[in-house]
Amino acid sequence: MFSGFDFDVIQRALPYMGQGMLFTLGLTLLAMIGGIVLGTLFALMRLSSFTALSAPAGGYVNLLRSTPLILVIFWFYFLVPLAVKKLTGDPYAAGLGPFHSALIAFTLFEAAYYCEIIRAGIQSVPRGQVFAAYALGLTYRQSMMKVILPQAFRNMIPILLTQGIILFQDTSLVYVVGLTDFMGAASKVAQRDGRLVEMYLFAALIYFLMCYSASYFVKWLQARYNVGR
Amino acid sequence: MDFSVFFQPAFSGGGIYLDWVFSGIKWTLAVSIFAWIIAFSVGSALGMLRTTPLMILRAPAAAYVELFRNVPLLVQMFVWYFVLPEILPRAAGDWLKTQMPMPEVSNAILCLGFYTASRVAEQVRSGIQSIPRGQTDAALAMGLTLPQAYRHVLLPMAYRIVIPPLTSEFLTIFKNSSVALTIGVLELTAQARQISEYTYRTFEVFTVATVVYVLITLTVTVVMQRVEQKLRVPGYIGSAGK
Repeated sequence: MFSGFDFDVIQRALPYMGQGMLFTLGLTLLAMIGGIVLGTLFALMRLSSFTALSAPAGGYVNLLRSTPLILVIFWFYFLVPLAVKKLTGDPYAAGLGPFHSALIAFTLFEAAYYCEIIRAGIQSVPRGQVFAAYALGLTYRQSMMKVILPQAFRNMIPILLTQGIILFQDTSLVYVVGLTDFMGAASKVAQRDGRLVEMYLFAALIYFLMCYSASYFVKWLQARYNVGR
Repeated sequence: MDFSVFFQPAFSGGGIYLDWVFSGIKWTLAVSIFAWIIAFSVGSALGMLRTTPLMILRAPAAAYVELFRNVPLLVQMFVWYFVLPEILPRAAGDWLKTQMPMPEVSNAILCLGFYTASRVAEQVRSGIQSIPRGQTDAALAMGLTLPQAYRHVLLPMAYRIVIPPLTSEFLTIFKNSSVALTIGVLELTAQARQISEYTYRTFEVFTVATVVYVLITLTVTVVMQRVEQKLRVPGYIGSAGK
């Protein structure tokens, strides 16, 4: 089965694949941070008693959650350059490049999923905590920042990290706009050298090892520090 | 904004661009539904195996779930389409390459089905595990064999409990079917992209595609909410994790 397997092609491609992996990790990390920050804002909006705040946030989350990620990537690949031209007023503006389009797409897409996780996390904090915070004279902002969110985030750490692992896998879809992430690098080498079997199996193996150890780490974290219970 | 683009004669095929949209919807639904049949049956079997007391049945099912959950769908798609025909025995590989009907669509269905099976398995497992242990004990004490206990006691409860998470898994398959465009299946997203390349009406075309996805998602959600209300287990309201 592996008689014609060419390990040499993998070895030669390693530096290029390494760059791709850095790109993947960078995109994952930035989109995760942006997604959690935006997701927290959307969650607070969705939980607000003002319909003017909760309705748009709910609409946004439901819209993004019923659209395929690939379509969202295409949307922003098309919209971001237009927006840059509008904002700068320069019809020949160079734009931000595909990396920034992808980053914006992933951040806004993940924000919808993080919003639902964070909303559930906030709701898991007993209501008595809110009342106690208000009774102590804390404002809404203070009670959220000092009492509710710290407890909610502690409970949510495992789910937030698991969503991060899903995001890490999903970033491979930037392949469709031709970016060179880990998978993009694998497929470019695969096509250049005509070594599809080696490169795709190697990519699958690396993804598996990274995601498996990351999810193992999340389980360990849960058991060791008793977070998320 | 000019939605008349959909009524212009298409670049090829003789129809109008709206026909391309409908063809895309048809393939999106076909891939999703056939993949769901695989995902549901394989996933149910794996989920059941993971709850049996026999290690020799549990371990392979657990390995399957870990393997398919920890490799990105796009990579799996390429492995099914490009790698599998090369590493199988020659005769099978040749059949895949030359004889298999509609190779892109078939591979996309197999890939999505077996990928989602790992997620369905986890839902079915958590459904079975959410049933109090006493029910299994009672069933066995009454003289049912283990397969009978699954067939008559555990599964009828478990499936009713996991309807909401299984609905969202179906919607995931439906959205993930767009990944099939990477191996050349002309489903809805691919058709939208193709029309926008021929007409430069990207905004209108993507809007229509998005609306179609949202409408189908809404329809499935509403129908399944009805089904869930009909089949809800008394005393279990809202107890199944989403």
